[in-house]
Amino acid sequence: MKSVKNIAIALASIVGIAFGFTSAVSAAGADKHPMKMEWSFEGPFGTFDQAAAQRGWQVYKQVCASCHSLKYFHFRNLKDLGYSEDMIKAFAAEYEVAGEPDDVGDETVRAALPQDVFPAPFANDNAARASNGGALPPDLSLIVKARHDGPNYLYSLITGYEDAPADREISAGKQYNPYFKGGQISMAQPLFEGVVDYEDGTAATSEQMAKDVVTFLTYVAEPKLVDRHHMGLSVILFLLVLTIIFYLSMKKIWKDVKSGRNVYKDK
Amino acid sequence: MAEWEAIKPKNKALGWFEERLPVLALVHNVVGPGTPTPRNLNYWWNFGSLAGLMLVVQIISGIVLAMHYTPDTALAFDSVERIMRDVNYGWLIRYMHANGASFFFIAVYIHILRGLYYGSYKAPREVLWMLGLVIFLLMMATAFMGYVLPWGQMSFWGATVITNLFSAIPVVGDSIVTLLWGGFSVDNPTLKRFFSLHFLLPFVIFGVVILHIWAKKVSDSGNPLGIDVKSNADQIPFHPYYTIKDAFGAGVFFLIFAYFLFYMPNAMGHPDNYIPAEPLVTPDSIVPEWYFLPFYAILRSITFDIGIPFTDVIFVPAKLLGVIAMFASILLLFFLPWLDTSKVRSAQFRPTYRYFFWFLVIDMVVLTIVGGKKPEGIWPILGLVGTAYYFAHFLIIMPLLGKIEKTLPLPESIAQAVTAKAAK
Repeated sequence: MKSVKNIAIALASIVGIAFGFTSAVSAAGADKHPMKMEWSFEGPFGTFDQAAAQRGWQVYKQVCASCHSLKYFHFRNLKDLGYSEDMIKAFAAEYEVAGEPDDVGDETVRAALPQDVFPAPFANDNAARASNGGALPPDLSLIVKARHDGPNYLYSLITGYEDAPADREISAGKQYNPYFKGGQISMAQPLFEGVVDYEDGTAATSEQMAKDVVTFLTYVAEPKLVDRHHMGLSVILFLLVLTIIFYLSMKKIWKDVKSGRNVYKDK
Repeated sequence: MAEWEAIKPKNKALGWFEERLPVLALVHNVVGPGTPTPRNLNYWWNFGSLAGLMLVVQIISGIVLAMHYTPDTALAFDSVERIMRDVNYGWLIRYMHANGASFFFIAVYIHILRGLYYGSYKAPREVLWMLGLVIFLLMMATAFMGYVLPWGQMSFWGATVITNLFSAIPVVGDSIVTLLWGGFSVDNPTLKRFFSLHFLLPFVIFGVVILHIWAKKVSDSGNPLGIDVKSNADQIPFHPYYTIKDAFGAGVFFLIFAYFLFYMPNAMGHPDNYIPAEPLVTPDSIVPEWYFLPFYAILRSITFDIGIPFTDVIFVPAKLLGVIAMFASILLLFFLPWLDTSKVRSAQFRPTYRYFFWFLVIDMVVLTIVGGKKPEGIWPILGLVGTAYYFAHFLIIMPLLGKIEKTLPLPESIAQAVTAKAAK
């Protein structure tokens, strides 16, 4: 067992040195470090707070969706957030998407169906840039996974707008936001108290809305998170039992050899 | 090499088959009861079988991914997201493959370091060691091309940076790069050939693994004492002793692997790779996967040309020198059996080498950290010192130390050492 201890010590110290070293250095980075929030989906038992995700969907639909697309999100995915099929159909029907060409080949439009992707606000990137002062609002499907410490970063960014320090010059059409790389962001502050009228009666403070929309976007980025956490638990329990059985078998099989018995007869 | 025992199964049909193709004898003599193995192997010897298991995990998960993946710049990123969202258990397979690569490298790095510590590369195991290095090089090529396939920002820019290295080669460099790309930039032909080669190379690795195991069979396993097997008392059969020990080790290793896979699947990846490749937008910093960082640090540490001082004459430009240093850092290991002049294999009996071994490990950790940093502030100089020490370890310390080090007395035999330990 001495060698097991050695392996553990060696690996732990290498990882420790590496992490200690890097975090000590990255702490000196230029942009403000995101706030540390608590999230329902964190940790091995984490799962999505369904009410928060539903509110987040409402925030996305009524605020974010006017500029940001969500190209990997289908209306059918709303089932995972606890909506019934009829409600999903109703949500989808509020939007129009391109249909099949008609008999004479003209383009048609039809009401969206559950299998459709949530319609993008702009026809293409150029149209999006033209409407946003030259800046391209990124697709939000994977935004939580595409940023370091995604949930905390997004929450901090959305709620982090403040007046620029006096010595700071802000270019035209930009806002000061200490959490954004470089401190200047093209997106205007998106959330103000009461901008959304929550269906479940929750008070729509900007902190509440930010938290809800980040929960929703985390679901969109990682829709299988809950399945993953559940399966992980079973897999780890299974492996744990298996490993203990292997260990006990090993002890039993090795007992004689450990006490000095020879397996092969000597020449 | 232990004698090759024939197997005579009681079952007539099996016996008929075995006479014509002795597969049972193959298992029996390579990992079975007919494989005498030193009785004192410690847990560091587990990592060979772990690396083998990870290769199998990677090949199986990879084949399933290839059924759903589309190697086309317009579709690759979407097809990966489709795997993550709509393919049944696609998220499981993809996270297994992505984290499996990291755990494959973890197992292989520990396996290599074990070899360095216990002198596993010394006679008569030089070819065994070199075959291992060939596997390592093939793994690096495979992993690099695999990382390009999701066609995220890091995929694209990593591919651009690494393939561009070859342009440093005099005269033919640019032609080689054009050949690698299949055009004049990293684009659709690049992605398609990388996919094809990423599918092919694991099977080449599998073939070299067979040679690696064959060479092990011929020269027999080394052991922590580094002394040769002298009598039957020094050995025990591979099965059941080391099969069960490997099984236990695999259980522990897969527990850690499962924790990453299910609870922090993106911890070892870069967030930028969830942004689709955009040839017009360069990421903040381009960093390879963690397992390439020490070599990336060596590559970037060279920022000076070699020429005649105080003139404009340059013999070797900095870029070429960096590329040479990076490749040399691995190719050097092929010569290790002769660079190490010590007669004693195991560091257990080499009190000074033992320190230098750990200095080398620390040096590799430092280079790993440097490789992940932007080259500014103290990092470039730290990288240069780390690189210099890396080469000094193999080219100066190893040859000299073997000559001047006073080694400790070796035990008479493995059996004697084991009984002495058991008596304590």
